[in-house]
Amino acid sequence: MSQTVFAPWTDPAAKPLIRFKNVTKRFGTFTAIEELTLDIYEREFFALLGPSGCGKTTMMRMLAGFEDPTEGSIELAGEDIVKVPPNQRAVNMMFQSYALFPHLTVRDNIAFGLKRERKPRDEVDARVEEMLRLVQLQPFASRKPHQISGGQRQRVALARSLAKAPKLLLLDEPLGALDKKLREETQFELMDIQEKTGTTFVIVTHDQEEAMTVASRIAVMKDGALMQVATPSQIYENPNSRYVAGFIGDVTILEGKATKLGDAYEVRWAEGQPPLRAKSTLDLADGAECQLAIRPEKVEIHGEKPSDDNVLQGKVIDIGYLGNISTYHVELANGQIIRAQNFNTERDTRRAFTWDDNVWVNWTENCAVLLDH
Amino acid sequence: MSRLSPFNVVSLTLGFAFLYLPMLILIVYSFNESQLVTVWAGFSTKWYGELARNEAFLDAAWVTLRVAFFSSTIATVLGTMAAYVLVRGGRFFGRTLFSGMIYAPLVMPEVITGLSLLLLFIGLGLDRGILTIVLAHTTFSMCYVSVVVSSRLVTFDRSLEEAALDLGCSPAEAFRLVTLPIIAPAVISGWLLAFTLSLDDLVIASFTAGPSATTLPIKIFSAVRLGVTPEINALSTIMIGIVTVGVIIASISTKRARVKAEADERMAQRTA
Repeated sequence: MSQTVFAPWTDPAAKPLIRFKNVTKRFGTFTAIEELTLDIYEREFFALLGPSGCGKTTMMRMLAGFEDPTEGSIELAGEDIVKVPPNQRAVNMMFQSYALFPHLTVRDNIAFGLKRERKPRDEVDARVEEMLRLVQLQPFASRKPHQISGGQRQRVALARSLAKAPKLLLLDEPLGALDKKLREETQFELMDIQEKTGTTFVIVTHDQEEAMTVASRIAVMKDGALMQVATPSQIYENPNSRYVAGFIGDVTILEGKATKLGDAYEVRWAEGQPPLRAKSTLDLADGAECQLAIRPEKVEIHGEKPSDDNVLQGKVIDIGYLGNISTYHVELANGQIIRAQNFNTERDTRRAFTWDDNVWVNWTENCAVLLDH
Repeated sequence: MSRLSPFNVVSLTLGFAFLYLPMLILIVYSFNESQLVTVWAGFSTKWYGELARNEAFLDAAWVTLRVAFFSSTIATVLGTMAAYVLVRGGRFFGRTLFSGMIYAPLVMPEVITGLSLLLLFIGLGLDRGILTIVLAHTTFSMCYVSVVVSSRLVTFDRSLEEAALDLGCSPAEAFRLVTLPIIAPAVISGWLLAFTLSLDDLVIASFTAGPSATTLPIKIFSAVRLGVTPEINALSTIMIGIVTVGVIIASISTKRARVKAEADERMAQRTA
């Protein structure tokens, strides 16, 4: 790995900016977070991803200081912050509802936090101008929040939370209220701003595409526990569980029993179907239960039987045309459906396969991911 | 279907007549030349002049205004505090009991409230006067304020307060700089409600007023028992006039605010 790649989590000497140590949070009898340990490093764009109710928002609120952990400690730059009230933390938050103060102008909203620090007025003004420039809102500075559009409100909220130059910025579903097109544009803007300011961002989202786009690392959460913490490409290509594989992107899962075969495994998964080969570093006993996860874009579809490994025969039962890609649903003799994706790289070509065509699908032994839970 | 069918016109006329005919008669007779209230003897404004020279009425009016001002102001402060704790305090021991007790005086017969306050003041040895009326009015109007303010606080986005804390405010600063300005309309209407309730009140004031201080409603009520004079008609007309002007100003400013909000909305969409 070269020196320029940003990956402090691989460096054992790097000091994390945030450290959750065995954090548990209970609300009455309900356990929102259980025994969670996590390090987040400076300048990271860290995404907490999971369905609603998985505890991601609770983690963010504990970082901001609105909730206290029931057990365990949270450190910011080496100091335990559990007892520090929210108004004394070097942490700012961008709220899901934006929480802009309706009685103040855009400028006064951005200046709000700076004025609380009793800084000289010209210093405050200069910083506010800088923030307005950063989010390109100078022409709207003297408007009230209800006089600007949703996208502009989102940028005011961002500027307000960045104005105090926090060590850590928390973003709670920051793009949830925007429409799809604006959301995509804003994702890139967010990444730009994060890079320019060098602030550590922690974003909470349930949108997997958003997490994949913006984050340096993603923590996939389920029921108050971390399922996997890794870079977007690791999460996508090397999910460690069936849950993670299914949560991010499209996947076909086949269940079977594994047998070791050199540096790969042979998976017997159905009567009358050929066994499948998959490379894996997992250590499985012969005959152990396992799952095979196959991404549709890694599956090739053929009209003639290819001579490779991992070939299955079936029939096209559904075709989804999305413009840039087409998804084929291929039903095997035992009823299992395998999804395959083809890129439509040329215009006007007639589709090579159509409904009820007899086809063969295959993938290389590197492409399927073997999972043990 | 025509919107103003004969049936609608008749209902409208009857309805408004029922509401406003008594007041209309009162206003007309306030300009009566005659000493007798029920006999019309020509137009005159002399009773208004009489009124202006009647020290007792003017004193009572001045007492009423002072009582209304002080009691509604104290009630607004206390009622807002109570509403804030009941809505924001989360679940504390006895919360249900407290919120029930805040609403109870709304349905309590005034006679009972007045009587119990009278007994309290006698027990404390407080001389009845302006102070006791102010205390009594504060007690019952505070409940109304807290109902008005808490209904606004329930719909208030909690994350606004959290944002203020997050940006470095102490909880007290967050209340002063964010919560209070936003709930101000509810606080003001709570104050106005308390003010009107205090102006109107006869029952509780008559229990708690003493010889040194009489409010206008008590004065009118006792004067009427000796016979209605055109002077009282004139006084009532002035009060109706004040209320009418107040209502008109309030509705015009509400309408203006709505028009402005719509214009802002359009502007936001244009620049989006």
